[in-house]
Amino acid sequence: MSDSVLPAPSMQAAPTRSDRAWVIGSALVALLALAPIGGLVFFASRGSGELWPHLIANVLPVAARTTALLLLGVGILVTILGIGTAWLVTAYRFPGRRLFEWALLLPLSVPSYVMAFAYLDVVHPVGPLQTGLRNLFGISDPRGLPFPEIRSLGGAILLLGLILYPYVYLPVRALFVMQSASMLEASRTLGAGRFRAFRTVALPLARPAVAVGVSLALMEALNDIGASEFLGVRTLTVAIYTTWVTRSSIEGAAQIALVMLAIVFALVLLERLGRRGMNYSGPRGNTPAMAQTLSGVSALSATLACAVPILLGFVVPASYLVVSAVRRIRLGGLPPDLWVWTGNSVFFAAIAALLTLAVGLFLATAGRMSRRKTLHGMIRLAGIGYAIPGTVLAVGLLVPIAGLDNWIADAVKSVWGRSPGLILMSSGAALVLAYCLRFQAISIGGIESGFTRIAPSIDMAARSLGAGTARISGGIHMPLLSPALAAAGLLVFVDCMKELPATLLLRPFNFETLATYVYGEAARGTYEDGAVAALVIVLVGMLPVALLARAGTRERRKPPG
Amino acid sequence: MLSLTRLIQGAAAAALLATTTLAASAAGEVNVYTTREPGLIQPLLETFSKETGIKANVIFVKEGLAERVATEGANSPADVLSVVDFGNLIELSDRGLTQPIQSAVLEEAIPANLRDPNGQWFGLSMRARVIYASKDRVKDETLTYEDLADPRFKGKVCIRSGQHPYNTSLIAAVIAKDGAEATKTWLTGVKDNLARKAGGGDRDVARDILANLCDIGIANSYYVGLMRSGKGGPEQVEWGNAIRVILPTFKDKAGTHVNVSGAAVAKNAPNKENAVKLLEFLASQEAQEIYAKANFEYPVRAGVAPDPIIAELGTLTVDPLPLTDVAKQRKQASELVDVVGFDG
Repeated sequence: MSDSVLPAPSMQAAPTRSDRAWVIGSALVALLALAPIGGLVFFASRGSGELWPHLIANVLPVAARTTALLLLGVGILVTILGIGTAWLVTAYRFPGRRLFEWALLLPLSVPSYVMAFAYLDVVHPVGPLQTGLRNLFGISDPRGLPFPEIRSLGGAILLLGLILYPYVYLPVRALFVMQSASMLEASRTLGAGRFRAFRTVALPLARPAVAVGVSLALMEALNDIGASEFLGVRTLTVAIYTTWVTRSSIEGAAQIALVMLAIVFALVLLERLGRRGMNYSGPRGNTPAMAQTLSGVSALSATLACAVPILLGFVVPASYLVVSAVRRIRLGGLPPDLWVWTGNSVFFAAIAALLTLAVGLFLATAGRMSRRKTLHGMIRLAGIGYAIPGTVLAVGLLVPIAGLDNWIADAVKSVWGRSPGLILMSSGAALVLAYCLRFQAISIGGIESGFTRIAPSIDMAARSLGAGTARISGGIHMPLLSPALAAAGLLVFVDCMKELPATLLLRPFNFETLATYVYGEAARGTYEDGAVAALVIVLVGMLPVALLARAGTRERRKPPG
Repeated sequence: MLSLTRLIQGAAAAALLATTTLAASAAGEVNVYTTREPGLIQPLLETFSKETGIKANVIFVKEGLAERVATEGANSPADVLSVVDFGNLIELSDRGLTQPIQSAVLEEAIPANLRDPNGQWFGLSMRARVIYASKDRVKDETLTYEDLADPRFKGKVCIRSGQHPYNTSLIAAVIAKDGAEATKTWLTGVKDNLARKAGGGDRDVARDILANLCDIGIANSYYVGLMRSGKGGPEQVEWGNAIRVILPTFKDKAGTHVNVSGAAVAKNAPNKENAVKLLEFLASQEAQEIYAKANFEYPVRAGVAPDPIIAELGTLTVDPLPLTDVAKQRKQASELVDVVGFDG
């Protein structure tokens, strides 16, 4: 497999002054990223009494097994769906391909908690699907249909897989599109069939993108609380949550979270070690690989293979929301503050996405320009927030943020004699920081995998022609990275829009986002009241998907090179 | 000319706005941290602001309300902490996040067993943990909580996660009454009777009974009102009508298990006076009626009637065991849930 991968050209250079700037900058970001971990350590170190023997005897074994099975299932599902559909839409022509290219991203906009309650409603024995089927077959007993229970591990795997596969599809498709035709065609002239070319050339070259995509999807699944709790699946994250809330031990919760974090971090490092020393940038051809036209049964199968994930991951929950929202609007009109919540959601998500992207670009560039080992460690640390459940990250962040806030308040008070209150918390700055720390890994990962497609030789050529770092970054990297930047920005933006636990905990007074409103209504069980807001989350989430799709088509028509 | 008129109008409007804002700030503000859903607490706060001119600022926090107040420390803007479940109220005061309030108004309005003896917290509304039973398939007129472990209900019981505070409170009460060993046997019996994995919400019990997935389950009283009133849409009316509600007792027949929602004044409340005013308002006749009507809870104030849908469930006899005694068993209850693998 690795024989198709080019060895990395040596770029080792003596540390320079600019090297130091990269290191200092990255260290600052990493330090910030570690702040919530510090908060967790603070909680964890207070000690949890005799909790652990109980947890080990009765809670953690089941939770660990459930989590492992969930991750395995979701991992397999997103890999198959993500790579499979990405390969289909780039390598073949079949009815609907143009539509599928962007529509395959749509499930991204559906929050996991919405997915769970939509499906529970739709497939419940007294829900529309089973009622319809029973009427069709003339069965009167609601239990008359043998229907798999969605409130199960299998159900959670299916539902999470359906909304998370775009994390794989997005980077892998971008990679397939940009893979030069020459490599694929070379393999084909050597007699490899299209499938063999996929297996031995396209797929190994896509490994960084697959790794980034799958690990993002798995971390989302690992840290999911909305769907897992609702479907009765007892994962480690649910165990952390119940330890905190019902066992009343934030200390124990922080301890489990830290152990889980260590394991996740080890796994991520292991995967990266496996890729060390490899270079995935192929020669850039001017022409993207020619797509083969399918017809007949194979065309139909390709269409179906792309349509089913979109149908199940987007059309079903979105239609459910539309129906519920229409009912709600008929009953009581639009919620009057809907626009305010939408504004809050979009504004905060956009600010956080831009910040996250800027920081991610800095870190990824630093990683490319400097070969210092410590620096690469710092970059990994900067993304650590993604490996912690959102609720836990938020509560960990409380300690340093409130500490800083109190320090500012006291300092101002000692000078002016009046306390300004806690300005980081009351201005929403804490919220933006939480979003950035939580989703930094998406931004770094996306940009780094974009960098792997730009051969280091280009930088060296530019440098030998006298270009400085700023020129290389602005003049070469940015234009070539723009699809990766757009994709990473989209993911972060949509994730911030959907974000719930940190928003609930860190928000200022009288501040509502679409997600918190949906949650508030769902917690009361008045899902329909929340449906309008949930629909807006999905619709706003679709906008960047559409923008990205347009950028993607342009890119296809006018291949860069 | 026209634009000049506009300008004067604008200035006048601005001046008016400024004076009203000033008036509002003269009456001041009160800052509320709440784990109660906005839809439930907003109507109460709006009425309060209208009557007193005190502006109410709200943050709806799900988990971590206590952590947020604790880490914010001396500069915390929180005045009133409003939470559900007596366990949470007791925890707030145990962690030193509340302050004692002496108020004749509150002491008169709220029965002694529903508030802290030192005034650290006050219960403001009640909900009963009741049995939902199928109208057609369950014939019993009365049942005890202990009956749910009866083998005749094998494969017929639905309930939400055992770790949910509503359930750990009930289990804690069983421990306080019957002892830990008997509770473990009981809980194992209930687990063996489950028709499906413990999970979902309280309303799912009614829906699953309608769907013939189960015959009987435990859920909170106010959901009956939310379902039957049509506030949750026409489908939920059907769920609500599929069930018969039994107000169960423990096997000593003393009364039904209740839980409270309540509030406390934060230790570092910057607007303590307004905080007390808000608490007193929440215990008033008017606010207690809103609790009853808007959320179908049982008022704590004597003489305020519950909503007709709730009244029709029967007369509630509150189990006399003090909530503070039940709260002591909470931790053990949660551990028992794990030990018997209730949520398996």
